[in-house]
Amino acid sequence: MIPIEHILLLSAALFTIGVLGVMLRRNVIVIFMSIELMLNAVNLSFVTFSRGMDSMTGVIFIFFIIVVAAAEAVVGLSIILSIFRTRKTLNIDEFNILKW
Amino acid sequence: MLIIFYIFAALSILGGLGVLFLRNPIHCALSLVGTFFCLGAIYVMLNAEFVAVIQVLVYAGAIMVLFLFVLMLLSSKDIEQYANKWPTGKILAGLLSLGIFVQIASLFTAGELQLGPKGAYPLDIVEEVGSIALIGRLLFTDYILSFEIIAVLLLVAVIGAVVIAKRRFQ
Repeated sequence: MIPIEHILLLSAALFTIGVLGVMLRRNVIVIFMSIELMLNAVNLSFVTFSRGMDSMTGVIFIFFIIVVAAAEAVVGLSIILSIFRTRKTLNIDEFNILKW
Repeated sequence: MLIIFYIFAALSILGGLGVLFLRNPIHCALSLVGTFFCLGAIYVMLNAEFVAVIQVLVYAGAIMVLFLFVLMLLSSKDIEQYANKWPTGKILAGLLSLGIFVQIASLFTAGELQLGPKGAYPLDIVEEVGSIALIGRLLFTDYILSFEIIAVLLLVAVIGAVVIAKRRFQ
């Protein structure tokens, strides 16, 4: 049996890498991928706790999280597509039309 | 068993670092696919076969292929190299995420982890019934309302994506 703490540490490390990616990268799609990485880290800790507590709720939650992630990816990528049509760039620093 | 877990953990962190540091976004996407596969393997080790299968099918298959499609559709000439113009910001980001990591990790490692009361599905029951049968039963009894709502959410996402991404003709 794998010690629970080690899996949770792996999940924490993946989450931190995702946070760093969101803060450091400037390409919208890479930022989006970092968000997916964070969602996966949370999924991993859900499965771990679900196994450690002999419960099925975590696994059901992951089912819903993955559906929401798929919906989010589809809508987000289509927003990026339509922004790219007018701005011709993927740099998130140029997407400032909602700023004042 | 433990060794295999450490190998997959190291590989998945390596893939995550690839997303963080590789210049070309397509390489980032491919290393993220590697991370998802390694996580799928870890799910198998945790006796969550259903999660492992949808991890590989939906995440590594569908979602990442969508990302790659959009990347190749939008390939701008100045591929990546949108440099972060604020060097202090990098240091701040590093410190902040280090703080986040220490916070989460100290929560997990400080003393004995209190997990609370055990649930109704220990490993032998899961292996006897089969995890997929168990999940299906739970989804269509206890979680039926959430299941229906998530179906509507998917429909809305599909329609929304088509409406947002279509060209507008005057």
